[in-house]
Amino acid sequence: MSGKGVGASIRRKEDDRLLRGRGRFIGDMRFTGQVEVAFVRSPVAHGRIRSVTAPEEFRDHVFAMEDMTGCDGILAKCGIPGFKISKQFPLAKDKVRFAGEPVAMVYAATRAEAEDIAATVSLDIEELPANYDMREAMKPGAPLVHDEWPDNAFLEGLVDKNFDAMEEAAIKVSRTVSTSRQCMAPIEGKGCIGVWDRQLEQLHLWTATQMPHIVRNGLADTLGMDQRQIRVVAPDVGGGFGWKGMLQPEEVCVSWLAMHLDRPVKYLEDRREHLVAASNCREHHYELTAYATEDGRLLGLDAVAHVDSGAYSVYPFSACLEAAQVGSILPGPYDFGAYRCKTYAVCTNKAPILPYRGVARTGVCFAMELMIDAVARAAGLDPMEVRRINLVKPEQMPFRNITGKDFDMGDYPESLRRAAEMIGHDRIRERQKSAEADGRKVGLGYSTYCEQGAHGTSVYHGWGIPMVPGFEQSQVRLTPDGTLEVRVGNQSHGQSLETTLAQVANEVLGVDPEKVNVIHGDTAMSPYSTGTWGSRSAVMVGGAVAASCEKLAERVKHIGAHLLQTSPDHVRIGEGEVRSETGAVTLKEIAATWYLAPQHLPGDVNPDGLELTAGYRPKVDTGTFSYATHAALVAVDTDTGFVEILDYVVVEDGGVLINPMVVDGQIYGGTAQGIGTALYEEMPFDKNGQPLASTLADYILPGAGEVPAVRVGHMETPSPNTRFGQKGIGEGGAIAPPAAIANAINDALKESGVEMTVSPITPHRLLSAIMAAETEAAR
Amino acid sequence: MKAGRFDLLLAKDVGEAVKALQTEDAKAASGFQSLGPMLNLRLAQPRLIVNLTRIPELSAVEETADMVVYGAAVTHAAIEDGRVPDAAGGALARVASGIAYRAVRNRGTIGGSLAHADPAADWPTALTALGAKVRVAGPRGVRRAPVAGFVRGAFAPALGEGEVIVAVEVPKASAAARFGYVKFCRKVGEFAEAMAAAFHDPDTGVTRLAVGATEAPPQLLEGDFADLDARLATLDLGADPVRQRLHRTAARRAMAEATTGIAA
Repeated sequence: MSGKGVGASIRRKEDDRLLRGRGRFIGDMRFTGQVEVAFVRSPVAHGRIRSVTAPEEFRDHVFAMEDMTGCDGILAKCGIPGFKISKQFPLAKDKVRFAGEPVAMVYAATRAEAEDIAATVSLDIEELPANYDMREAMKPGAPLVHDEWPDNAFLEGLVDKNFDAMEEAAIKVSRTVSTSRQCMAPIEGKGCIGVWDRQLEQLHLWTATQMPHIVRNGLADTLGMDQRQIRVVAPDVGGGFGWKGMLQPEEVCVSWLAMHLDRPVKYLEDRREHLVAASNCREHHYELTAYATEDGRLLGLDAVAHVDSGAYSVYPFSACLEAAQVGSILPGPYDFGAYRCKTYAVCTNKAPILPYRGVARTGVCFAMELMIDAVARAAGLDPMEVRRINLVKPEQMPFRNITGKDFDMGDYPESLRRAAEMIGHDRIRERQKSAEADGRKVGLGYSTYCEQGAHGTSVYHGWGIPMVPGFEQSQVRLTPDGTLEVRVGNQSHGQSLETTLAQVANEVLGVDPEKVNVIHGDTAMSPYSTGTWGSRSAVMVGGAVAASCEKLAERVKHIGAHLLQTSPDHVRIGEGEVRSETGAVTLKEIAATWYLAPQHLPGDVNPDGLELTAGYRPKVDTGTFSYATHAALVAVDTDTGFVEILDYVVVEDGGVLINPMVVDGQIYGGTAQGIGTALYEEMPFDKNGQPLASTLADYILPGAGEVPAVRVGHMETPSPNTRFGQKGIGEGGAIAPPAAIANAINDALKESGVEMTVSPITPHRLLSAIMAAETEAAR
Repeated sequence: MKAGRFDLLLAKDVGEAVKALQTEDAKAASGFQSLGPMLNLRLAQPRLIVNLTRIPELSAVEETADMVVYGAAVTHAAIEDGRVPDAAGGALARVASGIAYRAVRNRGTIGGSLAHADPAADWPTALTALGAKVRVAGPRGVRRAPVAGFVRGAFAPALGEGEVIVAVEVPKASAAARFGYVKFCRKVGEFAEAMAAAFHDPDTGVTRLAVGATEAPPQLLEGDFADLDARLATLDLGADPVRQRLHRTAARRAMAEATTGIAA
């Protein structure tokens, strides 16, 4: 229409403030009379609290759980049969269950003074043996994280589809595959400010969150308050990745204290707290056996998967989210006939595991894609070829896979073919025939995956959890000067929603995106929403904005047609105008008529005016399936174990892209995080359950020097189920890199027999494996 | 976390600094690039911080016929940018340019790095290979000591009570001299997993190899390197065979670069 709607790579509206350092984050905010909070955290991973004591002079500044009258534990209910519910008190009560768990809250005029007081608080804790290894924690006699449970499993699951008669298979390969525990590490950590508004008799919680409405639900439950008494606002939020998709104990504490003191209370997480006590994710362990024909055709997969879920299930839900998904998504984009997967969501003495960008898929993709390469090695075939013959074919679409996932549309083998072409598959195979001048070994690796996004009611209602997404709503208001306000209940923490939702409005109404304000992240200012998670915003919120703009368009056309002295059937809307064959009237004139000169309105005008709420849910709400193939070319230094990514290609299909530039940005960012998973990021624990990476000198994140210029190729298969054919694609970049890079490293070292199956592939791990292979060869 | 309470003295001259540093729990600071994070993590909680950066002579650089003397508060960035003379034909600028990130180099100082005595830091190893000396002022005047051996252990510099590094003397290298420098870092700007600096001057016949980033202080080998592996076998490279191989690789590559001009 105007070249700024769906499909246009316009620049991000929010960047004007964000790139100039003019955003407003929690850390930038300060209220008159504000005090700051520091938490006293458990120094041990597991123990019984005997006492928490503060010196008399600071007694009024220190709070333990027993002081927090009216505050209950956080309860993340789940209705899945057999799921064990954990109750997490915002400040530990009776027992501490992970190192870094908040035990006491201290306030003072400044954070530094609060820390001074925190240092005087003494904790008397009887230390108990800690569960630091999820498989050990499942053995009889392991210390119980929750005393009232019979064992340490949040949930066990079994998916069994036709798993028989596999022993006939020509190829049988078994591997143990695991991904290490990580932290999400958004640039901005957690932070919140609680303020009691005396006029409205309302708690205002300003907080770095992805889901303000869900936080309000949880706060009301935990604090025993009416929802009308709580307003939750997310200002600018500096990345979330899942870490901010939960009710955090610190949010409950700060809210309570703000009401208790009747003063603004601020808490800002520091990096050390973030690393040791917070956003844990990704720790999976797999025992896998794949069966295939001698020509590499996959027959079946048998798996046992453990996910280290940490000590609690966070609100609204976390503990078995990954393990349960592993069972259903492990088969990935492949078509094969027999499958069995036993899963364990294990409770350990670590910070709760949280759904991090790619939720379960990064580990699943790592496991499955390494098995595809293992099958290829056993069959003596190129891994690319084994992928090609096993991927679901376009003529099978829409396809229901072995676990009942409904793939909407797509040509998966084509994404592989194009990725191979872009990276220069044949050229690389030729290059590998001779030695590299610098003595390093080069290798090529692939990874293909699909990403279910925007899954809705039909997927989640069976989980019995406090967050089941339903219809998504958007409010629109044409203001008296013809500009547009769009209100949505999700939250943009880097996804460019202020731009892309304005583009959706432009697509329908023709209003210039510069004249559209997207108002989000505020329970008082927006319709209810479960928030921003699960690659859902483009599909769900984009669909809702389109629906509300369409209804508004009808009202606008009705008035416009009257002003043009014609009927609504004879006008259309575009580029900020309502046009008939003979004339045009601007939205500004139409708005001015409604608000300022109602005497000129048609007699049958809709009295509801130029603002409305409309909702949306796709007819098929089991989710969109975007997919991609990643291809990595690496060089391995066999004297150091250091890996360099020489080239990296992504060929994706996200359906119709609302803003292709923004999608490219999502892919670059996700891929950078995936490279972190592949090569750098790891939160190790010792046998006492102590996290060992407490600063960014120990927890290595990839930087600009480690992330190559990713080359992206686009395919576009519109989803038949969504408003514009768009699919959720926000998480995908982070899913495939660990598998693609590991496969590339293993390809480089194929002759030596080195096969890495643990992420991250650190230089130490890799050099250790190389040396072991050398010793083996010398024997 | 935020730093605990401390007093800050902006010392005007070396005498005032030396005097202040003799009080209990006093700590010298210049660029704050190592001490700053330690203060904020409350790993260091000094009562008094003596800031040295306003002492004019600590920022001065003096060039003589056979050496360049760098004031202790000369920043890595000044060396990287060539704003001060390079005693070793560009070797110092090269080392400086690889220290952490530019933001750190803008404030971090050569003397501060030596006094902090992190075995994985660049200057203790590089300056050991270059045969540099430190000038240390203290209650009994100024003394000179080789950088080799100055780091006694992790975060343990050979500084007595009230002593402060005031300058670093780096001998000028001949035109024929070559420098090899190899370090392996998990990421650009990160502390090194392994590090070696080699210096070879065919005119004088001097060859030195310094190996850093081990659990021990930087180790120096001099003299005959005909059997390099045998020399490397004498080093304390820790108990982990994987780390040992990494250190040996760094050492071999640094030596190769210093003797052939090409990094192996």
